[in-house]
Amino acid sequence: MPDKKSKRKLLLQGNEACAMGAIDAGCRFFGGYPITPSTEIAELLSEELPKVGGKFIQMEDELGSICACIGASIAGSKSLTATSGPGFSLMQEGIGYGCLTETPVVIVNVMRGGPSTGLPTCTAQGDMQQSRFGTHGDHEIIVLSASNVKECYDNTIKAFNFAEKYRTPVILLLDEVVAHMRQNVELPARSELVIINRKKPEVHPDWYVPYDRDLQVPVLADFGEGYRYNVTGLIHDDLGYPTNDTSEIEALTSRIMRKIEDSTDDICTAELIDCENPDVIVIAFGSVVLSAREAIRKVHLKNTRQNQRITKLKKLWPFKKDWRPARIGLVKLETIWPFPDKILDQLIESCRNTCKKIIVAEMSFGQVFREIERINRGRLPLDGYFQVNGELAYPEAIFKKITGVLS
Amino acid sequence: MNKGRTPDHVVFKYLRKNKKFPHIFCQGCGHGIVLGALIRAIDKLKLNIDNLVMVSGIGCSSRAPVYVDFNTLHTLHGRALPFATGIKLANPDLKVIVITGDGDASAIGGNHFIHSCRRNIEITCIVLNNNIYGMTGGQYSPTTPVGGSSATAPFGNIERPFDICDLAVGAGASFVARGTAYHVTGLIGLIEQALQKPGFSVVEAVSQCYTAYGRRNKFKSPSDMLRWQKENSIDVRAWDKLPPEKRAGKIKTGILADHEYTEYTREYQKIIERAAGGDHEKE
Repeated sequence: MPDKKSKRKLLLQGNEACAMGAIDAGCRFFGGYPITPSTEIAELLSEELPKVGGKFIQMEDELGSICACIGASIAGSKSLTATSGPGFSLMQEGIGYGCLTETPVVIVNVMRGGPSTGLPTCTAQGDMQQSRFGTHGDHEIIVLSASNVKECYDNTIKAFNFAEKYRTPVILLLDEVVAHMRQNVELPARSELVIINRKKPEVHPDWYVPYDRDLQVPVLADFGEGYRYNVTGLIHDDLGYPTNDTSEIEALTSRIMRKIEDSTDDICTAELIDCENPDVIVIAFGSVVLSAREAIRKVHLKNTRQNQRITKLKKLWPFKKDWRPARIGLVKLETIWPFPDKILDQLIESCRNTCKKIIVAEMSFGQVFREIERINRGRLPLDGYFQVNGELAYPEAIFKKITGVLS
Repeated sequence: MNKGRTPDHVVFKYLRKNKKFPHIFCQGCGHGIVLGALIRAIDKLKLNIDNLVMVSGIGCSSRAPVYVDFNTLHTLHGRALPFATGIKLANPDLKVIVITGDGDASAIGGNHFIHSCRRNIEITCIVLNNNIYGMTGGQYSPTTPVGGSSATAPFGNIERPFDICDLAVGAGASFVARGTAYHVTGLIGLIEQALQKPGFSVVEAVSQCYTAYGRRNKFKSPSDMLRWQKENSIDVRAWDKLPPEKRAGKIKTGILADHEYTEYTREYQKIIERAAGGDHEKE
C-alpha cells in the first residue's frame, strides 16, 4: 500500500472502490453473506481487512450479517455490510434495530432486478423507496447513491461519516452497472480525507446518561469502556431501559426522527448541471445519470448541427427568426434520503417560467418520480422515463423524451 | 436496601441499582433461579463486570440482561448470537454471554445457533428451556413435548421436540451441558465451567413456566414442576448405564460434550498476523 500522503491512480470497479473507501474511512469490521452483484466488496475486504487489523466474517445469512455488524459497532468497530435485493429485504429487521438503538453501521445495497430473487444480476433501481421505508415503524434514515466509480469511493467515506456523526445506519444505494463498471480513478491521499469518528462520553460512569433526551445525537460508549449500560430494541428511556411511559416514548421516537430531519442542510446534496434557466430538466441518480448525460450530449450535438444550418440559412434569408440552442439541465441526485426537497424546490421555483418540462429518468416504475411529483406541487409539467427490463436506461430513449419536449 | 432479605448478597451486588424493579418474571418462574445461578457463577470466577457483555434475544428469558449491571444488549428475536459474534470478534477481550430461550435459540434463531456451534467462537450461550413461548401467552415451541397442551396446540402437540443439547453437540460446540432450575448448585458448576471454556459453550437450563405451560399440563403448582425436574433428571453418568426404555421422557443432565476445538477469534488473530506479515501497512 502506498503511504498516507500519496495520491493513488487506479483502474477500479465500483465495488472495489467501495471496499477501499471503507478501509480508508476506518472500517474495521465486515460481516456479510455472498450475493451478486455485491460480492466483490466482501471478497476484497476479506483480504484487505486483516492487513490493517480489521475483522472479516462470512455469516450464515444476511440477517446474521447486519446483526454481527451492529454488535461489532457497539463494541467499537466501524462496520460495513454489503448485499443486494433479497439480502437487503432480509436485513430490514436489523436496520430497524440499528435506527432505534442509534448504532452507526453502513449497508451497501447493490440493486438488482426484483421483486423476489428477480434478476440476478441485471441492473435496476427498484429499492429506492424500500431503502427508506423497508423496516417497520417510523424512523429516518440516510441513503446515499453513486453514479461513477469515484463517487463509490467518496460516498462510502461520506456514509461512514454520517453514520458516526448522526449515530444511524446509512445505506449506500448502488446499482449493478455502477458496481461492476471499471474506470480510471485518482483517489485522494489518505492524509487529505476528512474522517469523522463517534463522540465518546467524558463524564464519570455514575453520571452517564446514554440516551440523554437533551442531546439530539446521543453520546454512546463502546462496550468494555466501563460505561455499563443497556441497549435494547424496545422503546427505551434516557437510561436505555424499556419503557411504556408516553412522554418517554414520544421523546425517543421524535428525537430519532428530528436528529436527521433537522440536519438535511448538512446531509442533502444534489449536483445541478447546467440548471440556470433550462428548457428541460432531467433528473436521475446512479447509473441512469450516465445515460442521461449521453442523451444530453446527443441533444447538444443535434443543436450544433441545427445551429450551423440556421447560420447558413440566415446568410441567404436574413429575416429568419433568431434561434438559440436549447438548454438542458441535469440534476444528479446524490443524497436519496432524506430526499433533497429544498434543493429541488428552489430549482423548480427558479425556473418555473422558463422550463418546459421535468423528465425523471429511472430504472423503476416511478419511485423517484413520486418524490418529484410531491415537491413540484404542480408547478411544472412532469414526465417520466421508466425502464425496467434489466438493462441500463437507453440514452436514445431519454434523447427522444427531451427532443419530444423541444420540438 | 437488603433489609429483610436473605443474607445472600451475591446476587444484589450484580443487579442494576438504577433499574426500576420489579422484574417481569411471573411468580413461580424458573428464570430467576437460572439468572441467579449465572450471577453466582460469575461471582465465583471474579469476572470483571466492565468486560462482561450479556446479549439476549426476545422472550421472557431474554429480559434478564436489563436487570444485571453488565454491558447488556437486548436484541432481535433469535438474533442474539450474531450480535454476540460481532461483539466478540470486534473486541475479543470482552467476555460474552448469551441468554436465550428455547424458541429464541432453536426456532427463529436455529440457524444462528447451529452455525455459532460450528464456528466455535468463544461465547457462553445459556438456553433457558421452559418448553413454551411464555411471553406471547403459551404457544408450543420446538421443545414442547409430544402431547403437551399449549395455546396453539389445544388438542396436544404432535411435533417431535428438539433436544437442544444434542443439537449443539451435533453442530460441534466445544462444551455442552444441561442442568435444571431445581438442581441449582449443579447448574452453577456447569455455568462456571462453560464460562471458562475457550470456545462456544452451551448450557441448557431446564426451567419452568407455570403460568403458560404448567397450568395447561396438569401441574398443580410451580413447586410441582420443580419436583418433576427433580424426579426426572438423570445424571449423564447414570444415564449411560440405563436401558433405553427407562430413558424415555427423562432429562439427561451434566456435561454432555467437552472438546478442545480451535477457537475462532484466536484463529482470526493468526490470519491478521499472517496478512500483516507482508509489506502492508499496519494500524
